[in-house]
Amino acid sequence: MREIMYREALREALDEEMQRDPNVFVIGEGIAERGGSYKVTEGLLAKYGPKRIRDTPIAEAGMIGVGVGAAIAGARPIVEILYVDFAMLGMDMIVNQAAKFRLMTGGEGRVPFVLRTQGGAGGGVAAQHSQSLEALFYHIPGLKVVMPSVPADAKGLLKYALRQDDPVMFLEHKHLYMTKGPVPGGEHIVEFGKADIKRAGKDVTIIAWSNMIPRSLEAAESLAAEGIEAEVVDPRTLVPLDEETILTSVAKTHRVVIVQEAVRRGGVASDIASIIQEKAFYELDAPIEIVAGLNVPIPFNLELEKASVPQKSDIIAAVKRSLYVPSYAMAAE
Amino acid sequence: MAAVHAKKNAPSRELLEKIFRTAYRIRVFETEGIKLYRQGLIRGYFHPYLGQEGIATGVCAALKEGDYIASTHRGHGHCIAWGADVKRMVAELLQKETGYCRGYGGSMHIADIRAGNLGANGIVGAGTPLGVGAALAAQIRGSDAVTVTFTTDGASNNGTFLESLNLAAIWNLNFILVIENNQYAVSTRIEESTRETDLYKRGLSIGVESHQIDGNDPLAVYHLTIEAADKCRAGKGPILIEAKTFRHMGHHVNDPGKYMPEDRLAYYKARDPIDRARNALVEISGAEKSEIDAIESEIAAEFEEAVGFAKNSREVTAEEFRQFAAAY
Ligand SMILES: Cc1ncc(C[n+]2csc(CCOP(=O)(O)OP(=O)(O)O)c2C)c(N)n1
Ligand SMILES: [Mg+2]
Repeated sequence: MREIMYREALREALDEEMQRDPNVFVIGEGIAERGGSYKVTEGLLAKYGPKRIRDTPIAEAGMIGVGVGAAIAGARPIVEILYVDFAMLGMDMIVNQAAKFRLMTGGEGRVPFVLRTQGGAGGGVAAQHSQSLEALFYHIPGLKVVMPSVPADAKGLLKYALRQDDPVMFLEHKHLYMTKGPVPGGEHIVEFGKADIKRAGKDVTIIAWSNMIPRSLEAAESLAAEGIEAEVVDPRTLVPLDEETILTSVAKTHRVVIVQEAVRRGGVASDIASIIQEKAFYELDAPIEIVAGLNVPIPFNLELEKASVPQKSDIIAAVKRSLYVPSYAMAAE
Repeated sequence: MAAVHAKKNAPSRELLEKIFRTAYRIRVFETEGIKLYRQGLIRGYFHPYLGQEGIATGVCAALKEGDYIASTHRGHGHCIAWGADVKRMVAELLQKETGYCRGYGGSMHIADIRAGNLGANGIVGAGTPLGVGAALAAQIRGSDAVTVTFTTDGASNNGTFLESLNLAAIWNLNFILVIENNQYAVSTRIEESTRETDLYKRGLSIGVESHQIDGNDPLAVYHLTIEAADKCRAGKGPILIEAKTFRHMGHHVNDPGKYMPEDRLAYYKARDPIDRARNALVEISGAEKSEIDAIESEIAAEFEEAVGFAKNSREVTAEEFRQFAAAY
């Protein structure tokens, strides 16, 4: 199969869906002529015109809000926010409006709204441009939370997002845009709530998403060289969460390491751990390990940035602790 | 626009030299800083203030100790004009422990909170409410301190602008909002983001005394700010100043800025704030070329020294950072 970049896969999904459905349109800062900071919307202005590919001023609360309003009124807007950090300016529209509307209207009103944005640390862009904020959205009933790790999923999930009727927080990662992978041409849909086993293994289950997938896969390769076979499970969507695939893997390996780039406190990993211990307690042969970011804003200094988010070596160490490899077996310390 | 008559009669040599030094120091910092960036010594974002130096220079020269400033993502110039130590600024950009923020902040977050500099900001528009807050704190303390927030054309379309300037107005705060209207937000022209491109009119619509000025004329900016600060201290704040200007290059170091029309760029380069500061020093107070040269080499040497200082400084270790993080 042909290999394309994550950003090209996203563009292909937008292109195909805009072609299919005239109600799909995109608004964001610098997305039209400039093609977006990550070049995802490049070329779409020429193809679909300024009515459906629109630049906005720096007005996040307003643009997220008008996206939600347009969705309520039957359009299919995609609002691109440059950094997830800036989505914080539009939280009222996300949390109090988009997420609540369906319930508040007795199930009559729907909000087919997609907010595309990106997060994650890397490259020294410091505290206000590096956050992983999925837990904030995960916490709000009414929002779907999507975090693709590979180009094929990016395409398939975005296409699905534009065909369902609830508000979607589509969270990309700044380090993934240039990564390549096989992507089916044409109709390729990935439904929400279906995890993907990115690597099969029998000894331990690593659950990770977004940029922690490539990092966990690297860790798994190194572990394989030492005879440890890790299974890497990518939920792909945190809401809805595919509990079944996770629990099946746990029943196979009996050991779990959950890896998230976001800070540990109040994170999605903790919630997944609680689901596993509740539903598969007797399958576990070791405490569930969580590898997560330090509970601290991301510093500018590159070495300290690295120290703040999970590295390959942290994942390997956690796997070894869960396998009680001597000298790593310090989980209960 | 309410008329303010700048006191143009014979500014002192001391003032003119101070203005030239500051403007030139910013110019050197940015020009040389870009070289360090291109050598890979600085990472992340670097938004040069080249071309806009006249604004920070003129405004800060008009403020007093105890006043406050809040800045933008394009914040090096404000920091320098506020009197920051170039050594500690370079050290911050080089992520060193001796930097203003121990290397935790970087270009977009340089602050010197002890000196009343609330800092650069990575969030467009955030400096306005923060600055109004500092002005409110001063009012509550019974101080006559003035706060200046430097903001941007881009931020004037953000809700924070109206919400916070209106608060400053209803509470008569000692607050000056300086809009650096460089007519672009990244590649977006101001005409694409607002119908009314005279941004000072936004202030008028909520009862705030508002002015428009050539931001490339540091002396004019200085005189206007002196009057604005006096008015604030006399209980007539807040005041809005729209300073028109233009970047000399793209949005950040890696943006070639091809979208900036050459004739516009040439127009503003012909009104370069550094040249104007230098000319004022020469023409008004008769400084000799040799004196100008001496100032310029002194400032260049100061930057070189700062680079040496920064390179020789250490970085905070991961272990030390973990200890810091434990407080969170
Ligand atoms: C709330 C927010 N939205 C978007 C951005 C991304 N961004 C950084 S600078 C910039 C353009 C800024 O233009 P302007 O405000 O006019 O300031 P200038 O760069 O011209 O000094 C944008 C969109 C941001 N940092 N914060
Ligand atoms: Mg601007």
